[in-house]
Amino acid sequence: MKKLLSMLLIAAMVLSMTACSSGTDAADDSSDAAAAEEGDTAEDAAEGSAEGGTFVIGGLGPLTGDAASYGISVMQGGQIAVDEINAAGGVQVGDATYMLELNFADDEASEDTVITAYNSLMDSGINALMGAVTSGACLAVIEQSSQDGILQITPSGSALGCTEYDNTFRLCFTDPLQGTTLADYAVDNLGASKIAVIYNNADEYSTGIMEAFVEEAEAKGAEIVANEAFVTGDVDFRTQLTSIKATDAELICVPAYYQDATYITQQAKDLEMDIPFIGSDGWDGVLGTVTDVTTVEGAVFLSPFLASDPAVADFVEAYEAAYNATPDQFAADGYDTVYVIKAAMEQAGSIESADLIAAMTEIQVDGVTGSVTFDATGEPNKAAKFVKIVNGEYTAME
Amino acid sequence: MKNVIEQLINGLSTGSIYALIALGYTMVYGIARMINFAHGDIIMVGAYALYVGVSLMNLPIAAAILLSIIVCAVLGITVEKVAYKPLRKAPPLAVLITAIGVSFLLQNLALLIFKATPIPFQSVIQVPSVSIGGITISGVTIVTLVMTLISMVILTLFINQTRAGSAMRAVSEDKGAAELMGINVNRTISQTFAIGSVLAAIAGILYICQYQSLRPTLGALPGIKAFVAAVLGGIGNVPGAMLGGIVLGLIESIAKAYISTELSDAIVFGVLVVVLLVRPSGLLGKLKNEKV
Amino acid sequence: MKVDKKIIVRVLAIVLSYALITFLLRMGLLNRQYTALLIPIGVNIMLAVSLNLVTGFLGELSLGHAGFMSIGAYAGALFSLHVEMPALPSILLAMVIGGVTAAVFGFLIGVPVLRLRGDYLAIVTLAFGEIIKSVLNALSFTNGARGLSKIPLNANYEHYTIVFIAVVITVLVIANVVDSRHGRAVCSVRDNYIAAESVGIHVSRFKILAFVIGAFFAGVAGAIYAHNVGIIKPTTFDYNQSIEILVIVVLGGMGSIKGSIIAAIILTALPEVLRGADDMRMLLYSIALIAMILINQSGFKEKLLERFHSGKKQKAGE
Repeated sequence: MKKLLSMLLIAAMVLSMTACSSGTDAADDSSDAAAAEEGDTAEDAAEGSAEGGTFVIGGLGPLTGDAASYGISVMQGGQIAVDEINAAGGVQVGDATYMLELNFADDEASEDTVITAYNSLMDSGINALMGAVTSGACLAVIEQSSQDGILQITPSGSALGCTEYDNTFRLCFTDPLQGTTLADYAVDNLGASKIAVIYNNADEYSTGIMEAFVEEAEAKGAEIVANEAFVTGDVDFRTQLTSIKATDAELICVPAYYQDATYITQQAKDLEMDIPFIGSDGWDGVLGTVTDVTTVEGAVFLSPFLASDPAVADFVEAYEAAYNATPDQFAADGYDTVYVIKAAMEQAGSIESADLIAAMTEIQVDGVTGSVTFDATGEPNKAAKFVKIVNGEYTAME
Repeated sequence: MKNVIEQLINGLSTGSIYALIALGYTMVYGIARMINFAHGDIIMVGAYALYVGVSLMNLPIAAAILLSIIVCAVLGITVEKVAYKPLRKAPPLAVLITAIGVSFLLQNLALLIFKATPIPFQSVIQVPSVSIGGITISGVTIVTLVMTLISMVILTLFINQTRAGSAMRAVSEDKGAAELMGINVNRTISQTFAIGSVLAAIAGILYICQYQSLRPTLGALPGIKAFVAAVLGGIGNVPGAMLGGIVLGLIESIAKAYISTELSDAIVFGVLVVVLLVRPSGLLGKLKNEKV
Repeated sequence: MKVDKKIIVRVLAIVLSYALITFLLRMGLLNRQYTALLIPIGVNIMLAVSLNLVTGFLGELSLGHAGFMSIGAYAGALFSLHVEMPALPSILLAMVIGGVTAAVFGFLIGVPVLRLRGDYLAIVTLAFGEIIKSVLNALSFTNGARGLSKIPLNANYEHYTIVFIAVVITVLVIANVVDSRHGRAVCSVRDNYIAAESVGIHVSRFKILAFVIGAFFAGVAGAIYAHNVGIIKPTTFDYNQSIEILVIVVLGGMGSIKGSIIAAIILTALPEVLRGADDMRMLLYSIALIAMILINQSGFKEKLLERFHSGKKQKAGE
């Protein structure tokens, strides 16, 4: 036993000494070495062949757990775009032609899992990153991706900080922008002067929209007559609704996800309240979860994508054929993100990360979520689209 | 004032659900002397069973309800046999951990089978709501209250008036002595779990009729809150569970409406802490000295 | 002599594992994915070992361990965000502040809670975990639901030495608490409270001490977590997180520090192998949890061991 231990100790000492000596040689670049090597190998492989090669888009999003549906939608939407582009002959970058490949890793929408997921993508070699799908994971991963300098576009991470660095872009609206847009619409188009709000206090998305909404609505002269909070997992909103019922609210703003909106609209009807609703883009999908479509009749919400819009019929058809499901806005975001990356590749005439990032502000993409350009801060410029539920159907509004 | 009454009615509607769940909790705890963490998840199974019966198998509603009750009863007995019975002599810690394991197992099975996206479910209870002086009480709330009251009365009668009930009380007092008196302890505990699970199934059915939506975690939080209710009422005490459930619902509703929504959960759990530290026997329970 | 041997083995294990990590990192033998796992493994070891002190040795189920972790994470992160300082003293102070704050809460919660036992203690610790989460969510200086972000990454893999030392201190301190005269006494009588009190052991006082120490190291682990991930939210530290720590403790063997360490390493690395199968993972955990308890507690293991030993004896006899 003792012998074995001393042998091991000697071995360890020898190893640590060699480790130290090699460490001093490469002291400066050792920390980034692994990253640079991995990134380079992918690019080298691509540049090696005259005809181009494979351009790998890494994807990050939840494929399991409560938020799984968002990640799966983004992945599937992105895959449709990748298949379409490859079927049409790939992406022409300068003289070379690249085929696209999507390598999507599950981040469980968790801030710590996303970091190992991102690193495993970098290990396998990716050229650009689509993700992360959820804001929290996205905020956690940008610290790393900015050090690697890789082009990162989040399809749906709406927290303000997601585009903090030069390499980070986003396709969707930010939370505050949604809040402001909703308030403008509520006051200017719907003429509401007394507004109630119900928001999820335990959710950054909901809180972010609520704050901007309240600020803008008040700036426009409307009165917030009730501002009620709930927390994730709540299913009973009668208390909040009863408080609102006691006010003279003309409109209820619900910046939340469709699951919450389902309970809220249902219970509002139970309480015999007849006040119209306005919601954030999280409402998309609400018709699939309500038992009685009349509870959401007349509700208006922001949505970048409407599957019944004839302009997006091709995408919807391809998606339905592949996955036997109607694409939601996350799928559309994933689809458009891949086309944005394609446009950046073509514009840059190179697949170097720095060139791709520089090209981002010069491109315009007409996607299924509308026409979009990007500014240097990483934010998209695109028109807000509203959807109204009419006769139990999503209907686009002009 | 009208608003306060309306908030109290809201409290009554959540409280009646807590009360129904708490009945099952208190029954199992009172007799088997263990916190059945999986109780909330048996509610979830009951809810999904009803959904499968009504929406997927197109059974008549009465048959679907029966299916849900049977599934839960069988599940309750099975869980007890497989996971709890072998641990009868183990320290309480071991039983608690397996109970948590069972709870997670059921939730994750439901997640795998039915996915996390909520499933809409049309209420099977078609009772019109009642309006008194402009204050409305929904039909489901009335049915829930009536069902809870009926369950409470039947349960009390069962425990106090029947042979099986006295066997349960005997087991609760002293397993060893009960065995010596010729009571089949294992069978009695099985029966307890079956009855507790039937109550859970009923709670599950009423729960999804109230909220009209299913998800794998639907039983977790109500389950824990119902436990708080059972403790508040005095654990092991059947009328206490009903009282505790309704009081807890009212506390929660008032806290949400007039103190702070975000802190309402903290207040509910605060009630648990205070009750356990100040009056561990609850509102209606009797104080028991620990035996050496 | 026996004690000396124990110390030698411990020192060797520490030196060897440190040398191994350094070697793997410096030689670039670990890819980025596994490099990123180093700190989470350290954090989970600290969490599991500290929970093991309460659950494995005291025999009391605490379901609020993630709550102490969150207090440490927030306290440490708030310090780093508001006080400008060079990285090394900053992270050391953040860890101490995180640990001490968690320990203070551990004391405040522990004193009343440890009067309860068994089921009630478990449910009250769960309640406190939820209360802590709600309060963090409602406070303004913790930035509510959005949590704290841009926490300096002073405890990421580049600073593995600091984390390694923290892990070593955690393990040694807790091992010593368990080995102390009182610790052994409490262990030997943990299932019989009244007997212990009657032979003059201050069970309550020792329990509070152990609870506070457990909270302290959970707090330190939380601070390290915060400075590795850079962003913390109240929802990160929920009931599920407490259960995940419990799974590590149970699978490693309750009362076994070595087991906790090994289980923490395996269960942190496992999701990476099973990436994309997270739903399955929780299912497997729950099954493992039930199976582990049933095998250890239902007399099944004793029977197996008996058969094994009798078989061995027979062989020896031949």
